[in-house]
Parts: sequence; C-alpha cells; structure tokens
Amino acid sequence: MKYTSQAVAKPYFIGAMGLFVAQVLFGLIMGLQYVIGDFLFPHIPFNVARMVHTNALIVWLLMGFMGSAYYLVPEEAETELHSPKLALILFWVFLIAAALTVIGYLAVPYATLARITGNDLLPTMGREFLEQPTITKIGIVIVALGFLYNLSMTFLKGRKTAINTVLMIGLWGLAIFFLFSFYNPHNLVKDKFYWWWVVHLWVEGVWELILGAILAFVLIKVTGVDREVIEKWLYVIITLALVSGMVGTGHHYFWIGAPEFWQWWGSVFSALEPVPFFAMTLFAFNMVNRRRREHPNRAATLWALGTGVMAFLGAGVWGFLHTLAPVNFYTHGTQITAAHGHMAFYGAYVMVVITMISYSMPLMRGRAANSNKAQVVEMWAFWLMTVAMVFITLFLTAAGILQVWLQRVSDTPLGFMATQDQISLFYWMREVAGVVFLIGVVTYLVSFFIKGEERAA
Amino acid sequence: MSSTFTTSAARNIFYGGAVFSFLLFLALTFRTEQVLPQRDQRAQLDNPQVVAGKRIWENNNCIGCHTLLGEGAYFAPELGNVYKRRGPDFIKAWIKGQPTGVPGRRQMPQFNLTEQELDDMVAFLKYASEINTAKWPPNIEG
Ligand code: HEC
Ligand code: HEM
Ligand code: HEM
Ligand SMILES: [Fe+2]
Repeated sequence: MKYTSQAVAKPYFIGAMGLFVAQVLFGLIMGLQYVIGDFLFPHIPFNVARMVHTNALIVWLLMGFMGSAYYLVPEEAETELHSPKLALILFWVFLIAAALTVIGYLAVPYATLARITGNDLLPTMGREFLEQPTITKIGIVIVALGFLYNLSMTFLKGRKTAINTVLMIGLWGLAIFFLFSFYNPHNLVKDKFYWWWVVHLWVEGVWELILGAILAFVLIKVTGVDREVIEKWLYVIITLALVSGMVGTGHHYFWIGAPEFWQWWGSVFSALEPVPFFAMTLFAFNMVNRRRREHPNRAATLWALGTGVMAFLGAGVWGFLHTLAPVNFYTHGTQITAAHGHMAFYGAYVMVVITMISYSMPLMRGRAANSNKAQVVEMWAFWLMTVAMVFITLFLTAAGILQVWLQRVSDTPLGFMATQDQISLFYWMREVAGVVFLIGVVTYLVSFFIKGEERAA
Repeated sequence: MSSTFTTSAARNIFYGGAVFSFLLFLALTFRTEQVLPQRDQRAQLDNPQVVAGKRIWENNNCIGCHTLLGEGAYFAPELGNVYKRRGPDFIKAWIKGQPTGVPGRRQMPQFNLTEQELDDMVAFLKYASEINTAKWPPNIEG
C-alpha cells in the first residue's frame, strides 16, 4: 500500500463479504423452496428471499467496486485520496441503507413497504432487481455521487493512467445508467425496454470497463509486465465489449413487444459479445506467462486467472447458448437463463472483486502476501466455490433443457407446475452444489484468520 | 501486441468505437419509438384500470415469483398470457383463493386485494396478453 488513504477500502471489503454470506444463505433458502414449495411459507415467501438474494448481490458487488476504486485510483494517480473521511461516511450510509432495506423486505409485506416509503409519489418499485424503495434508490444515487466526486477529484489531481481513466468512465457510466431505474412508464413495453438500460448496459457494458480496469491493475502488480502492453490490451478489450454489447442489448428485445428488427440486430451483435470475454482470458494467461516476477501472493494470481476463464464460460459460452433469436424463442425465461445468470455473475463480477480483495487485503494488513498456510486455504476456497458454481450451472442447464422440451417444444406440452415436478431431481442436485458453495465461502472467510509466516510489505 | 500499434491508437479506437456504438444504439431506439405504437397496445393505457393494475402488480412484487413476457422469476407460471390461458374469472378466483396450503407445493401469498383491485389486475393482464410479442410464447402454457 503506497498511500495511507487507500485503507478506506477495507471496511468496504468487509461489508461486501458480510452481504455475500447473506446472499448465499438466501439462495439456499430459495433452492429449498424450489423443491419443498411451502418451506418457510408464509414467513419468507419466495419473492422476498429472491429480493434479498439478488439485491444483496448487487449491493455487495457495488461495495466491492467502490472498495476496489478507493484502493486503485490513488495508487494509479500517485496521490492520496481526496477525502478519506467522506469515503468512510459514505460507507456507513450505504451499509445502513442496505440493512434497513433488507429489514424492510423481511419485516413487512412488500405492499406495506411500498406504501410506507411513498412509492406512489414516484413509483419505481416492483421490477426485477430494482425492487428497492424509491428512497433507497435516491440514497444509492447520493452515495454514488459522493463517491464519484471523491474519486474524480483524486483522479484529476494525479497521474492519468489508462487504467484510471477506464475505471472512472466505467464508474460514471454505472451511475448514469442507474438513473433509468427512476423511469417507470405505464406502457409495459417501454418500461421493459428501458429497464434493460440499467440491467444489460451495466453487466454487458460499463461494468466490463470496471472489470477490465481492475483485472489490468492486479495483473500489472502480480506479473510486473510492462504497463504499456497491459494498457493496450485493456483498450482493445473494452472496445470489443462496447461495440458488441451496446447494440447487443437487442437480445432482450425479441419478445417484449419491441419491433422485430431487433431479432437481427440483437442476435448478430450479441453473438459477438463472447469475443471480449475470450480476449480477457487470453489477456490474463498471456500476462501471467510473461511475468517478470514471482509475486508472493499466488492466491491473487489464481483468482485473476479464474476470472478470465469463468467470465468467458459464464458470460461468453452460456450467454451465446441462448442469445440467437430462434433459440431464445424457446429458452426465454427458463432455467437456462438462471444457469447463465449464475455463472456469468460469479465468473465475471464476484471473482474480479475477490481478485482485488485477495490482492489488496494483505497489503492493507501490512504484508506483501498472506502466509503460505493461509493461501492454501484460500485456494481451497477458490476451488470449492468455482467447482460448485460449475455444477450449479450444469444442473440448472439440464433442468432448463428438460423444461424447454416438456413445456415448450412438445406437441403435448405440460403445464408449468407439472413440468417443474418432472425436473425436481435437478433442483435437489443444485441445492447440494449450493451447500458446497457455502462451504467454499466459509473457507474463504476462514483464510483471513489463518496466521503463519508472512512477508512484510 | 506489435509496437506499431500504439496505446494512443488503441485509445482512439476505443473512443471512436464507443461513440459510434452508442449513436447506432440511439438510432435504433429512435426507430423503436416510432414503430412501438403499432405493437404496444398503448390505446389501452387510456383505461385507468390498466394503469392501476400495473401499480398493483408492482406494489405486490408479482415479478418476484412469476415471469411477465418471459422476464422475472422462474418459480411460478408465465403471466403475460395467463389472461388467454385462464380467463378473467379464473384469475380473480385464483388470487382470492391463495394460498392453496397443499403440503409441499409451491405457495403464492394472500394479497387481500379488493374486488376493484382484482378487476384492475385483470385489466392489466389482459393488456399484457394483447401486446404483439412476435408470437412468443411458443404455446399457451407460457
Ligand atoms: C411467492 C411467490 C408468488 C408471488 C409473489 C405471486 N405468485 Fe402467483 N403463483 C405462484 C405460484 C407458485 C403459482 C402456481 C401455484 C400452483 O399451481 O399451485 C402461482 C399461480 C398464479 C396464477 C395462476 C397461473 C396459471 O396459469 O394457472 C395467477 C393468475 C397468479 N399466480 C397471479 C399472481 C399475481 C397477480 C401476483 C401478484 C399480485 C402473484 N401471482 C404473485 C407464486 C406467486
Ligand atoms: C458478465 C456478463 C453477464 C452477466 C452478469 C449476465 C447476466 C445475466 C442475467 C442475470 C440475466 C437474466 C436477466 C433477467 O433476470 O431477466 C441474463 C440474461 C441474458 N443474457 Fe446475460 N449476462 C452477461 C453476459 C451475457 C453475454 C455476453 C451474452 C451473450 C452472448 C448474454 C446473453 C443473455 C441473454 C440472451 C439473456 C436473456 C435470457 C432470456 O431470454 O431469458 N449475457 N444475463
Ligand atoms: C448457494 C448457492 C445458490 C443458490 C442455491 C441460488 C439459488 C437461486 C435461485 C433459486 C434463484 C431464483 C431463480 C428464479 O428466479 O426462480 C436465484 C437467482 C439469482 N442468483 Fe442465485 N443462488 C446461489 C448462489 C448465487 C451466487 C453465488 C450468485 C452470484 C454470482 C447468484 C446470483 C443470482 C442471480 C444473478 C439471480 C437472478 C437470476 C435471473 O434472474 O436469471 N446466486 N439464485
Ligand atoms: Fe444482456
């Protein structure tokens, strides 16, 4: 750690990990409700568990991005953070807002939450991933503005590297596209059309800039490869990402009432979206192969390589699987979508945040890397989580193929619920893989507390 | 990468590509807005029941279990075409009769909607079922 102010990243990472645990626990609750339908009903209905699961995911990833940026931007800019105090205040505002929102989900019926938070004044609730009360959304915007102000000031007064520039564009883009969550027209088609400007333009747009920048930063640190080379790769990757991903939004416009020309535009451009993810994999392996030093933090290197591979599999391969309109006609809104959503989120964004935590946490705790013992445990966690996620994806894909076959392709289609009964075996297996995933998460947390001989930073 | 391909060239390609893609996306969006009136059944929005029904849909987070035009959660049946699959009377009776309480079966909560709210919800689901979705879903089961 070069600048003391970088340490504000630490609470963000700890908060993120806490929410990660909550996310996975609620995932397991839902996984059980899939097969034991009345589990915890009516105390935690499925939709409530789902909101906690997905919102906790998004909030902890945002915390992870913020922590990463607070660590990364000063180091790249070669200057202290503009205001560490503001960063700490915003952390608590964010954490408390998130906690209150989750308590709201769990404590009262959603309709009550909508009423007491005045949803009818500016209705934004009740849409997937954007379930937060409007006041929470406003809170998120305020936190984001403070965060961007703080980092932009830091960026402007310091050295402007490519990594910093790309990260800042990504973070500003994240905040700007979130504003579309306040646009909720009565017209259902327009509602859905612009809803994707938050969801798709995040994960297949601006977030890829953040992903690329963080990965590039960690790769420079652990491999010692020339910045020049790494920055060139970064620009190429994010160019490919935006050129394919922007118009690629069209893969969500096939069946929601939008014009049918989107079937062509969406299919063709989104079919190119795997390319930047593939480039990212090549990038990570190439840089590690050309490394000029043996960085003592081998766990961080493993996470960086894992990000490349798993993002390509989850987003690239599993995304391509159902992105062409004639295929998507059958798979739209099935377990295939869920399979892809899980592996893509895990492979790209969960893993890149953990990569950054893995690299920077030891430095913030005053050492170059954790002890060998701790790293071995961390690598166990890597494999447990990653292999479990591969199996979750495979089981959901199997469930999805059968679902499509029984309910949509068959000449004598079964109803939705009858189909679900037929495929429950795969949901049981998903749940088992989910338990392994949780064990991986716990192992990861345990690795932070393992002592042993450490090298000073 | 070769040394003739400089970082500043890469950067310029990035800015150019990003701006071009964004403009292309905006142009397609503009065209979409022009075509939408023929497909999105917007005339039905003059009916206040449809608008109220959408709000009830949102305020009860139906999307947290169901899909609507294929988007949402995958725990419970598609509702974009439920009006055609089941008809208005079934939908109202169904919502009023929840939860089924069948042991081990997936449950839908009781939302305590008034008769007026049930009619609004039906109007909204009717509207949704008439949007031109390019013949999706493949069959009535959704
Ligand atoms: C906690 C999850 C959950 C929520 C929230 C939920 N539902 Fe359901 N819904 C279900 C389940 C599960 C079924 C299928 C139950 C069965 O077949 O026994 C169902 C079935 C239905 C059906 C019958 C579909 C058919 O094809 O037979 C309708 C209509 C319906 N729900 C409407 C709604 C509306 C409207 C809302 C919001 C006000 C809503 N649901 C919210 C879980 C939910
Ligand atoms: C890291 C990047 C990505 C993430 C995190 C991600 C995540 C998701 C999620 C969560 C959904 C479900 C949305 C919903 O609930 O409605 C989804 C849908 C979809 N994704 Fe991705 N995705 C990524 C990249 C890609 C790529 C690169 C492609 C194409 C090659 C792709 C193709 C699709 C398609 C076609 C759907 C719609 C599925 C349907 O019709 O139900 N995704 N994605
Ligand atoms: C412990 C294992 C997990 C289990 C059992 C689990 C289970 C589930 C279930 C049942 C759903 C709802 C599907 C539906 O709508 O019907 C869901 C949604 C989702 N989960 Fe998980 N989950 C787990 C871990 C994770 C992890 C680690 C991530 C992040 C990488 C994640 C990301 C998501 C996303 C993005 C969605 C929304 C998907 C979509 O709309 O397509 N889950 N999860
Ligand atoms: Fe997408």
